[in-house]
Amino acid sequence: MADISISNLVKTYPGGTERATDDVSLEIADGDFTVLLGPSGCGKTTLLRMLAGLELPDSGSISIGGRDVTYLPPNKRNISMVFQSYAVFPHRSVRYNIGFGLQMAKMPKSDIEKKVQWAAELLQLGPYLDRLPAQLSGGQRQRVAVARAIVVDADVLLMDEPLSNLDALLRLNFRSELKKIVQDLGTTTVYVTHDQSEALSLGDQVAVMRKGRIAQLGGPLDVYDAPSDRFVGGFIGSPPMNFIDAAVTADGDTLVVGDQKLMAPSLLRSFKASDIVLGVRAENVAVGTQRSSGDIAATVLVVEPMGSTVLLTVDVEGQTLKVQAPPTFRTAPHQTIWLSFSPNTMRFYDRETSMALEAK
Amino acid sequence: MTVQAPAAPTKATVRAPRRRVPAAVWLIGPSVIFMILLLGWPVVEGVLQAFQDENGFTLDFVTRMVQDPYFWPAVRNTLLLIVVMIPIQFAFAIGMALLLRANPRLHKVHFFVWAIPLALSDLAAGLVWLSIFNDRGYLNSVLAWLGLEGSSWLAYDNQTTMFICVLIAELWRATSLVLVIVVAGLQGIPKDYDEAAQVFGATFWQRLRHVTLPLLKPSLQVALILRTILAFQTFAVAQALTGQNFPLVVGETYRWYTGLQNPNVAAALALVILVVSMLTSIFYLRALREKNQGGTR
Repeated sequence: MADISISNLVKTYPGGTERATDDVSLEIADGDFTVLLGPSGCGKTTLLRMLAGLELPDSGSISIGGRDVTYLPPNKRNISMVFQSYAVFPHRSVRYNIGFGLQMAKMPKSDIEKKVQWAAELLQLGPYLDRLPAQLSGGQRQRVAVARAIVVDADVLLMDEPLSNLDALLRLNFRSELKKIVQDLGTTTVYVTHDQSEALSLGDQVAVMRKGRIAQLGGPLDVYDAPSDRFVGGFIGSPPMNFIDAAVTADGDTLVVGDQKLMAPSLLRSFKASDIVLGVRAENVAVGTQRSSGDIAATVLVVEPMGSTVLLTVDVEGQTLKVQAPPTFRTAPHQTIWLSFSPNTMRFYDRETSMALEAK
Repeated sequence: MTVQAPAAPTKATVRAPRRRVPAAVWLIGPSVIFMILLLGWPVVEGVLQAFQDENGFTLDFVTRMVQDPYFWPAVRNTLLLIVVMIPIQFAFAIGMALLLRANPRLHKVHFFVWAIPLALSDLAAGLVWLSIFNDRGYLNSVLAWLGLEGSSWLAYDNQTTMFICVLIAELWRATSLVLVIVVAGLQGIPKDYDEAAQVFGATFWQRLRHVTLPLLKPSLQVALILRTILAFQTFAVAQALTGQNFPLVVGETYRWYTGLQNPNVAAALALVILVVSMLTSIFYLRALREKNQGGTR
């Protein structure tokens, strides 16, 4: 176990012009579970591979447990990794695969056997130890890859989209199992995914990446509730955060959306008479069929019952919003409904820079 | 009218039972004919030639072949060449393929250059190496320029250097075949396996032994069978370099056929090569198949 310190890491792939990681710095505390989240091509896998030593950075440094490992080969870093493709050796048995790292470290055979048994039990692979990977299902192969990664006493556990090749149900089950295993081990873990629900459910901290940079770093609820820019808000959450063009009046008390008015929170006093973007999560908009003061009118476009909620697509002054209504809410397309926003769930962004507005 | 009416159904019933050649026959036919004409017929003809004279079956030609003073040296030389050459050749080819996989600068050019011998006729290759190894060749010139004394590398009484010259020339000429097969095999192995091994602490040699070579086995099997069979047929390079001073089995076949004008003994020698090649292939297939089964259990 060890902490990780990444500073000013720059990597450009040969032949490429864009930086795969652009001056990334990140501190990960000992025992933390950090998720690197972002769309494909955002540099999250490159960052992980540089941690593993499978890619070397152009500049910057990485240290694990206080030891500078920036240019060390992977086998000198004391790490372990779960690959997206599992990379379970097809020519050897499950037993051999799980014990591979220990065998390379020349551990005595009896100790290897003990550790393999322990990991196999933990991941319910006991009956399959003598099989070849080809005789296992995808989910079981994934378990072998995880078992192989946890038997070695690594400083850092790296995971590269380990669940992305599993089907939806298996992914959901294995996700919580994985979280428990890693919690019990207490190993510092870096986990790469493009799936925002995975990131929120697993991570102690989530680093949302975009174009080689970390757009926001924070706890899962922080990045969900208070996205630092429009990209993060739009990437995290299903449905993504709504963004509505609005304007603050000259006195700073009122927010104008088209012809309708909303009470402006005190934060906006410092942005009198400016064009801004209002960001709000679908579940933070209350819907009603009766008007009450401060509500704004919306026209229903689409009604999607989701079981636990009803997802409505509505039109407000020519802008489209997704809002969540309770499952008992009855409405139909073309009807007018009333939306109310609570001031502490509203987020505000700069129209030009897309960055979150902060009180001056 | 009553006569004409049933005419149509009759026509149909006539057409239906007409035998049509199944598509499979059309598809497989050409290659069967091709095999019979180009392989089956010559083999039968060769066997007849080796075991038959005007009076019918005879072992005279085989006896004559075995009693020839050049026969056993030729067999010994051929086997020696195989035993020494093939391991070196595979070590070189695997090493070169691994170097190429590391994606050095201009690796495509390297691969192309390394594959050039594949495109060269073996006689031409033999003549190139003759210009290097002969008494006034490049090798001796370079040695003289360095102030060292050259040697008659290819002299008939210098069996060791002769063998080494043939070995070097054959290595140069035929390693590229193994290289091409191994490179193709390596490209078929996902990089993840090697990376996983690295991450889990394996050194270069551990990776080679525990991951790369086992995964490369199917390609190595093919290359091994091909190269061994082709090595039994080594001829032109040795012929160009040493003439008859370093006899090989195929060289002897050639000598009996053209020099001694005895196609029957030549056919017997050719059969020896055929039988040995077949036995080798069977051996390799058996040996490697059993290993596969062992792995499953």
